[in-house]
Amino acid sequence: MTPMIEMRGITKRFGKVVANENVDFVVQKGEILSVLGENGSGKTTLMNMLAGIYYPDEGQIFVDGQEVVIRSPRDAFELGIGMIHQHFKLVDVLTAAENIILGLPGKLRLDMKKITADIQALTDKYGFEIDLSKKIYEMSVSQKQTVEIVKMLYRGANILILDEPTAVLTPQETDKLFTVLRNMRDQGHSIIIITHKLHEVLALSDRVAVLRKGMSIGTVETASATEMSLTEMMVGEKVVLDIERPEPENQQLRLKMEGVNCINREGLTVLKDASFECYSGEILGIAGIAGSGQRELLESIAGLQAVTEGSILYKPKTRDWVELTHHTPEEIRQFGVRLSFVPEDRLGMGLVAAMGTTDNMMLRTYRDGFGGLLRRKKPMEMSERIIRELSIVTPGPDAPVGRMSGGNVQKVLVGREIASRPRVLMVAYPVRGLDIHSSHTIYRLLNEQKKNGAAVICVGEDLDVLLALCDRIMVLSGGRITGIVDGRTATKEEIGLLMTKSSSIAEEVAANE
Amino acid sequence: MSNPKVREPLMHIVKRDPMPFWKSMLIRLIAVVLALVVCGGVIVLLTSMIPGKTALNPLQVYAGIWDGAMGTNRRMWVTFRDAAVLLCVGLAILPAFRMRFWNIGAEGQVLMGALGTAAVMIYGKGLPPVLLYTLMALAGILLGAIWGIIPAFFKARWNTNETLFTLMMNYVATQVVTFCIIFWENPKGSNKVGSLDKAVWLPNIAGNKYLLTISLVLFIAVALYFYMRYTKQGYEIAVVGESENTARYSGINVSKVIMRTMALSGAIAGVCGFLLAGDVGHTISTGLAGGRGFTAITVAWLGKLNPFAMIVVAFFLVFMERGSSQIATDFNLSESASEILTGIILFFILGCEFFINYRLEFRSRKHTEEVVKA
Repeated sequence: MTPMIEMRGITKRFGKVVANENVDFVVQKGEILSVLGENGSGKTTLMNMLAGIYYPDEGQIFVDGQEVVIRSPRDAFELGIGMIHQHFKLVDVLTAAENIILGLPGKLRLDMKKITADIQALTDKYGFEIDLSKKIYEMSVSQKQTVEIVKMLYRGANILILDEPTAVLTPQETDKLFTVLRNMRDQGHSIIIITHKLHEVLALSDRVAVLRKGMSIGTVETASATEMSLTEMMVGEKVVLDIERPEPENQQLRLKMEGVNCINREGLTVLKDASFECYSGEILGIAGIAGSGQRELLESIAGLQAVTEGSILYKPKTRDWVELTHHTPEEIRQFGVRLSFVPEDRLGMGLVAAMGTTDNMMLRTYRDGFGGLLRRKKPMEMSERIIRELSIVTPGPDAPVGRMSGGNVQKVLVGREIASRPRVLMVAYPVRGLDIHSSHTIYRLLNEQKKNGAAVICVGEDLDVLLALCDRIMVLSGGRITGIVDGRTATKEEIGLLMTKSSSIAEEVAANE
Repeated sequence: MSNPKVREPLMHIVKRDPMPFWKSMLIRLIAVVLALVVCGGVIVLLTSMIPGKTALNPLQVYAGIWDGAMGTNRRMWVTFRDAAVLLCVGLAILPAFRMRFWNIGAEGQVLMGALGTAAVMIYGKGLPPVLLYTLMALAGILLGAIWGIIPAFFKARWNTNETLFTLMMNYVATQVVTFCIIFWENPKGSNKVGSLDKAVWLPNIAGNKYLLTISLVLFIAVALYFYMRYTKQGYEIAVVGESENTARYSGINVSKVIMRTMALSGAIAGVCGFLLAGDVGHTISTGLAGGRGFTAITVAWLGKLNPFAMIVVAFFLVFMERGSSQIATDFNLSESASEILTGIILFFILGCEFFINYRLEFRSRKHTEEVVKA
């Protein structure tokens, strides 16, 4: 049988960095193939060459036995290759149906009725649930993803590439997506899914192609693979996948949020009546679909997000409560509150991409000391120490952090925030985009802080990780806290239900009117 | 489903590794040499088109440029001084640009600075010299700084577009100066101020009337380098420029930094105005800044916001400008001819940056052969 797609000896370099080296890659007709690999292993680059976004430096691509050259996304389209990127490419103010036909040739007059019927027939065939007349901005992330997939199918794509499609979905939505993908496979489509979640690979795919450091390590039948064997292929050595969870010790109330409301720049309520308490010596996980108010919750504590109602209080070890509400980050620091924050946007908020490690070390402390001159001595020692202790790969303490890999960037950021010996440590998506080794380094650091008596608040996206790491897990849905569960006893399904519980605030408001 | 033809594109662009400094300088040098060769071709082509004239020898023209800029002692000093004045405006916009605040209003800030200085020169006649010079400098700096703060205030408060705002402030400045000139015109009805009394001119240093401006601007260049690199305020500017979110995260008061930095930017432009009115022109006119506020942007960018690199760029631009007016008279060429030459040279220098950052990968012949065989 001729394979649907065959890539032979593909090499792609970006300057000195070799993203793919001599990669061979085969996709059969009617199969689901997982592309597995750590970050920076070249999965996305390889797929982007199929989608016409990058052009390979060397190698050949065959589609259905014919050699092809894919110079642009249009070429890819004509070959029936459609890629669904992590960031959706949809027009917010148009409906699903309008987005699906956008850019397609057609008559001057649009017959929306007929088009909608056509699309509806297609969605019924595969079992998508979608309201075609709904506008994109009214949709949830998973609905938008559905639109993207239908868009590709409607354009005649029979090879679908999905780049980490489950990162933004709840467990229930993920199951739904997998059902649809299986239907599509049974109809003869070839599906490539890029992921680094092992259990999903095992649940969904027929075969797994593993990449490591830009090279293809091999392709295995999923039936014969286990999480351990796949990890070994990915990393190249045996690794311990267990995450430690020491028992909390000597817990004291450290942080209290009472009835906090937040409004974002567009005037939408993003946090509604949020109340919770956080104790020293624990890791409090925060779960929720992306954009459920996680960022605002952390930023309001850090003094970066205006709070319209409610209060945020901090309890030092010996002194009385300190009010953090309506204070700037600098004021909070001057109150003597040792609050550290690892924001989600590492290079856009936590660090200065163009500066070196040393200059980034002093971002929070550069004001210290008398006079107007910078003191680089301490930050220099600190950066050298952190580079050594966290084994950060960088040409030197002055090399721009923006040029480092994601894992190293995060180590710099977490290293700096931990160096101030925080009483409250907030981290948002601390292991996003990190490989297994770096992830475990971060888990270890969080546990160390917990043992040192810090109150750790950790926003995460992988429920398996949250369930393994956190003592308690607080769930957010549409800006509300929908529950706080015990990390040792809760199940994924339980959290998944809380993640979608009670409609979003926007819908609620609409219902009230 | 149609199959695209099996045909590799002729070439595609590939990002390069950061290259060693000497190699990038070599590429820039090659670019300059190539530019001079092309310029030579253009000179021959242009001059041979003039009826009744034989084509000029490009080498002669280059010699003419050198002669015009550096030929005599006086010419050389004027070139140095003019370069210093241009550099000063470039230094003025440097902190703003480092902050990603696109201050294209240096022209107006210079003019206002010059206006302040001129006012002191006109009304302060007879004051003891030290007091007079101090007041002249202060007035220039103050007015320049005010002209810089106004758009910064609106930016910090209402997030107005600084590019438009600073640009428009140039026209306001021109009108304010026009108004004052009518006030101060001398002789009456001439519609200009004319050369002010020698008593209020800035003094010569070591008997050299160019040295004051040159040394003052060089001092600013060094000080600014130090300020941007080794002070807390310089660090804040860099952080705000890279990312306002990061700045807020680290507790920097972004509005305050924007206003303070623009005050500094305007103040340095004010110093330039002070030098232009008090030392170079000894007068005030709407044309005193002479477009330097805009040329300075070229200086700042070509110098990659490095004060020392900017010295070289400012010198080159002034050198070409002065050399060109010389060849215009020597060879009966229009002054635009030299602007064409400057343009060609800049094109090559800017264009070579592409080759420093990227390289072109051509279709490999080997691969094509394989395909043919298959």
